[in-house]
Amino acid sequence: MDTVAVALHVNGDYVEANVLPRLNLADFLREHLQLTGTHVGCEHGVCGACTVRMNGEIVRSCLMLAAQAHRSSVETIEGMSDSGEIADLQAAFRDRNALQCGFCTPGMLIAAQDLLQQSPQPDREQIREHLSGNYCRCTGYQAIVDAIETIARQRAGRSP
Amino acid sequence: MKASAFAYARATSVSEALELLVVHGESAKVLSGGQSLMPAMNLRLISPEFIVDIGGLTELGGIAVERGILTIGALTRHVDLLKSTEIAAHAPLLTQAVAHIAHPAVRNRGTIGGSLAHADPASELPACMITLGAVIIARGPLGERRIAAEEFFRGIYETALLPHELLVAVELPVAPEGSTHFFHEFSRRRGDFAIVGLAAQAIVRDGQFVDLRLGFFAVGDRPLLAKSGSKLIGVPVTRTVLSEACSALSEELSPMGDQQATPAMRRYLAKILLARCVGSLLSRADLGLGGEE
Repeated sequence: MDTVAVALHVNGDYVEANVLPRLNLADFLREHLQLTGTHVGCEHGVCGACTVRMNGEIVRSCLMLAAQAHRSSVETIEGMSDSGEIADLQAAFRDRNALQCGFCTPGMLIAAQDLLQQSPQPDREQIREHLSGNYCRCTGYQAIVDAIETIARQRAGRSP
Repeated sequence: MKASAFAYARATSVSEALELLVVHGESAKVLSGGQSLMPAMNLRLISPEFIVDIGGLTELGGIAVERGILTIGALTRHVDLLKSTEIAAHAPLLTQAVAHIAHPAVRNRGTIGGSLAHADPASELPACMITLGAVIIARGPLGERRIAAEEFFRGIYETALLPHELLVAVELPVAPEGSTHFFHEFSRRRGDFAIVGLAAQAIVRDGQFVDLRLGFFAVGDRPLLAKSGSKLIGVPVTRTVLSEACSALSEELSPMGDQQATPAMRRYLAKILLARCVGSLLSRADLGLGGEE
């Protein structure tokens, strides 16, 4: 089977590769680039563990071929973590026990950051709705909603 | 699971995509946003030998309004529909319906053309298309074909599209002056596939329906434009009239049973939806309780 040439930016780094057409973006990130913070759960778009940001918008990396990410800019949990962009959210998740096993956490953090960028002061219902595509089997969600609500308030208070 | 192996081509124009479809015929599948196709491939429900990726064809994007017709390019994403002021002004039913499609990350990729061509009987957009009287535009090697939405959906994942045709756009009449709409679906979790849903548009004058179009979904193998809605047009809607319409609706439905609901439960919920819809559109709290039967 012929491979497909892809060239994209991942966490700011330029990456070129030849990939099998069937390779999805999540597996490309994990197995070719060793960015294993992107988790693979259901592989059919239900659980949200594979959420990444592409060209500034959140997407399911299991529902995209690596070939479709050609000429795009992908950001994973590693990139967002290293840049400090979500340091406050990560600290709030830790303080509020909003994670236990941690499998869903990268996807939760990326979805939460996406929400806070779009609507800086969401109520609990909006938080729940935006995270409705992300499963957590440990926490029961209350602590996750608490953590995000706390950071929404904190960021609103800090901005001029 | 992962998708099985296939060959892949990134089309650079509609004509190139059509040439590839002619060559590969039924063994090919068109990939746009992939939010229906990729799950189906990952679950090995389908294993196409060839994928034609049309995701880069900007000529298939865009929303335009001209002479009372709203034209939506096939690659218009759900998030684009949701944020479009043209859609909100001229097809407000769609704006409301799109908010129920899956989750934000899926709406950022999924396209209207992909959703319609996939034709899942539980999805929102096919029902909206029959309610709004849409025309689906398909392009093949010999030119374009216009297909009424009601003729387009033929069964579970089955449409009137031929293997070498590409869905390029849909056309909707802009919502008539004074029209109102109703959208609701029952689902286990926000964004999950509907157990039963209803997309309705109506014109109400002096407390009576002048027009009422009821597009039900997840009640059979394709979206259903319910004929029983006609029983409510041009008459004072009493509880008895509504009850008769609900009975007639039940006759029209052929719901399937699955892990989400039995056929009987779907019939029951469809009647509840009809009652709530009528109560809401006529602003009649006495009708919309849906507690009958």
